[in-house]
Amino acid sequence: MLGRTLREVSAALKQGQITPTELCQKCLSLIKKTKFLNAYITVSEEAALKQAEESEKRYKEGHSLGDLDGIPIAVKDNFSTSGIETTCASNMLKGYVPPYNATVVQKLLDQGALLMGKTNLDEFAMGSGSTDGIFGPVKNPWSYSKQYRGKRKQKTHGENEDSHWLITGGSSGGSAAAVSAFTCFAALGSDTGGSTRNPAAHCGVVGLKPSYGLVSRHGLIPLVNSMDVPGILTRCVDDAAIVLGVLAGHDPKDSTTVQDPIKPFMLPSLTDVSKLCVGIPKEYLTPELSSEVRSLWSKAADLFESEGAKVIDVSLPHTSYSIVCYHVLCTSEVASNMARFDGLEYGHRCDVDSSTEAMYAATRREGFNDVVRGRILSGNFFLLKENYEKYFVKAQKVRRLIANDFVNVFKSGVDVLLTPTTLREAVPYLEFIKEDNRTRSAQDDIFTQAVNMAGLPAVSVPAALSSQGLPIGLQFIGRAFCDQQLLTVAKWFEKQVQFPVIQLQELMDDCSSIFENEKLTSVSLK
Amino acid sequence: MAAPMLRWCCPGRRWAFSRIGDGSRHEKRFPAGSASSGKRGHSSVAQQPFITAQKPRKGDHEWAAVVGLEIHAQIASNSKLFSGSQVHFAAPPNSLVSFFDASLPGTLPVLNRRCVEAAVMTGLALGCHINRKSLFDRKHYFYADLPAGYQITQQRLPIAVNGELAYSVCVGKKPAWVATRTVRVKQIQLEQDSGKSLHDDPRARTLVDLNRAEGQLRVDANISVHHPGEPLGVRTEVKNLNSARFLAKAIDYEIQRQINELENGGEILNETRSFDYKLGCTVPMRDKEGKQDYRFMPEPNLPPLLLYDSGSLPAGVDPQQVINIDQLRERLPELPSVTREKLVRQYGVLPEHSVALLNEVGLLEFFQNVMKETRAEPKKVTSWVLNTFLGFLKQRNLAVSESPVTPAALAELLDLLDRKAISSSAAKKVFAELWRGEGKTPAQIVAEKKLELMHDQEALEQLCRATLEAHTGVVTDLKKGNPRAINKLIGLVRKATLGRADPAVIKEVLERQLSS
Repeated sequence: MLGRTLREVSAALKQGQITPTELCQKCLSLIKKTKFLNAYITVSEEAALKQAEESEKRYKEGHSLGDLDGIPIAVKDNFSTSGIETTCASNMLKGYVPPYNATVVQKLLDQGALLMGKTNLDEFAMGSGSTDGIFGPVKNPWSYSKQYRGKRKQKTHGENEDSHWLITGGSSGGSAAAVSAFTCFAALGSDTGGSTRNPAAHCGVVGLKPSYGLVSRHGLIPLVNSMDVPGILTRCVDDAAIVLGVLAGHDPKDSTTVQDPIKPFMLPSLTDVSKLCVGIPKEYLTPELSSEVRSLWSKAADLFESEGAKVIDVSLPHTSYSIVCYHVLCTSEVASNMARFDGLEYGHRCDVDSSTEAMYAATRREGFNDVVRGRILSGNFFLLKENYEKYFVKAQKVRRLIANDFVNVFKSGVDVLLTPTTLREAVPYLEFIKEDNRTRSAQDDIFTQAVNMAGLPAVSVPAALSSQGLPIGLQFIGRAFCDQQLLTVAKWFEKQVQFPVIQLQELMDDCSSIFENEKLTSVSLK
Repeated sequence: MAAPMLRWCCPGRRWAFSRIGDGSRHEKRFPAGSASSGKRGHSSVAQQPFITAQKPRKGDHEWAAVVGLEIHAQIASNSKLFSGSQVHFAAPPNSLVSFFDASLPGTLPVLNRRCVEAAVMTGLALGCHINRKSLFDRKHYFYADLPAGYQITQQRLPIAVNGELAYSVCVGKKPAWVATRTVRVKQIQLEQDSGKSLHDDPRARTLVDLNRAEGQLRVDANISVHHPGEPLGVRTEVKNLNSARFLAKAIDYEIQRQINELENGGEILNETRSFDYKLGCTVPMRDKEGKQDYRFMPEPNLPPLLLYDSGSLPAGVDPQQVINIDQLRERLPELPSVTREKLVRQYGVLPEHSVALLNEVGLLEFFQNVMKETRAEPKKVTSWVLNTFLGFLKQRNLAVSESPVTPAALAELLDLLDRKAISSSAAKKVFAELWRGEGKTPAQIVAEKKLELMHDQEALEQLCRATLEAHTGVVTDLKKGNPRAINKLIGLVRKATLGRADPAVIKEVLERQLSS
């Protein structure tokens, strides 16, 4: 039952094949068994069981709230949850229990979803590995998959397998791992430069970054307000559409959300892509791109073409300036957004009380890790009066150029862009930490952050397994507020590639009953 | 905190010192901008004192002062600028604090429509250009009562710019010498107020109140001095002045301090100072040492604020979602300058009295209500309202609305006076009785206290005759040509009538009897 998609398990609930409480308990038990993945920071067991009980009552009385009623979900630990600790994986907010729910969390709860817990991340979502939070790194469930282990055994006999576990990508690695390991059916991530799509690609799940302004940010503890978007992680595109349908729409508490009424996101099953125009941005063919991802990308383009779609090379000429521009804008907003963490109203406060200034300094030194402090320092540098024009204003201008690149491409008739999500598949933790956070982020966000600067919707869809047996995701980028069209294309692609289900039996022999619904056949693109 | 504030910036304005007479005195006059405190809805024009500066020791150079004001006025709104929290005067500390006001992580600002309207109306009233598009910025600094670490304001593109305010100012020793001057308004911006810090020094701790619905008016004055024709001097900023009187004193002090400093070979530091109102001097603020870099950046959570007029209003738009400047212009009340002109025109009120009538909340309405019901001359009514009535109020520190004397009662009293039923001094007594608020009408009081003027001509004639007979010495004086002797006689008769006879009538009778 846990291996099913959200839509499937929702149908099972409606048909009474399983009750919300049973489903909840199964997930809770799997969360416990997969604790070593470190996907969750907080497991809200009691609350989830209570929500399940209420959901069960509704089902019994015949008035369930809809597709999400009784569905276990997880939420990244940078969304405010009323009465549940919200840490951002930082000492600064350890022990902080918000008095209110983020709008997206409230919307899910209002639909009857069961909140299983809060998922792990890089501190304040600053990172691309989910390795830099105070609760330790998240382990990629694929590290323990039959697919990956099988390939590794062939190559390296007798080595200590456990030291080769892989990172999930990030910063929403906990959410990606939680969905990938079947501990919930959907999870919220956040996406500022790729933080939802990157771990989705590495963990073999669907990662959706909706259009900026479509989904409320109220209650999402910000990284970069002008780029942050709540992200959705699910096992299939249809599930992402269901969740987006619940979350999308104007929120009076977030002035940047669109006023227009939102229709539910129903995805038609495309049979004909002949009217579709797919753009392949040539600047995304970088030397750092692994040959495997490159060839998969090219095969995917061929697939569209062979099915009758128009596939054309397009240019986004300012792409190469994107990462450095993102760095300036991101750190500037970070410097500003982090100013509120001063130890006075909430969160960590140091013991120093010689002066208010000394208290601020020590609190912030103890509360933030090096990555956060580093970004605050650079951001404040960029915002200094003498530097503002040189850096911040210039970066804003470049941002406009980057956004215009997309506008021009879509104006030329392109419906969606097809790009890689990441340079390569997930790497082992020990390899990942050889580079510092900043270098990693600059590399790993390369295909994803430009989308945030332009506010466009984008989705990473698992496309195939690499030769190592690890997932590779491809990214579709849509026109602003054409999220439905984007997902429709993604759904067609998903159907064509038949990405294999993760096989975790070896990991959890004793819970084989959990995985009864695997699609063992896989039509890979290779 | 987060109480909505309007900030006006009046640009540097010069007040030159002009030499008078032998050059031993420098005089200058400076206006302290007019200020309106939203909540009570009254406006006031600051006193315009003459200030004299000491003679410069080096004698050769004149000094000119440049003063710019930053006026923070709280908007009279029910809720805060960016949150739904209520605004109440003197609410218990931290009782009106939303999650946003406390800067809980993840909360976002939502702009209060009422505050935008108030800002637009203020802009219109001050003759500003209203920007159809304005932006919000973050101004960063760490302070205990600024929980977000930044303040949301409008630094780059404010809601209104380039206005001016005309005001009246006394230009001579006589109050009647009133001249009109204008002060330029550089910009009006919407700004979130910070919280309030209360420093408990003995216990070395600071208490923070995030309600911040107090202190409806606060002025920062930027001051520099220079020699005319030379570049402007280094300026200092005197912060947190909360009354027109202290503002004037602080500016005077600071100008003089800067002149003295420079003439003694010192230099002026670009610094923030505060005004010690007990000592009457400005002192450097210790917690703002070093120059602050506020690291301004755009507020990403608030889209540009767009305003429309009837011509640019998008078709089919929900009127609740947009603000139409033309509609607000129609809702604008009569401006004080227009009202003052009307008073002068309609009632022949003196210009300085028209200013005074508008300076106190409710006073104009009181005056107009008295005017409606009395036959007394406007001049008489003005005098009574501004001297007697206002004097009683001030003495007891009351607002017009708290007055025990109604406009109708004063009107009746003035009617009695007008038809000479009572004397002026009797009227004052009646007024004092009315103030006791015992519900008696002026006529009743006059009757009870026997205050009506003597109309019995015969009795008056007798009293006069008796007085002349009893004070032959004075009569002799008078006949010797002492002009003041007649006044003494009038006083004596008045005393004998218990103040109930009209002195003019007494004089007439006395003169007739003396000449017969």
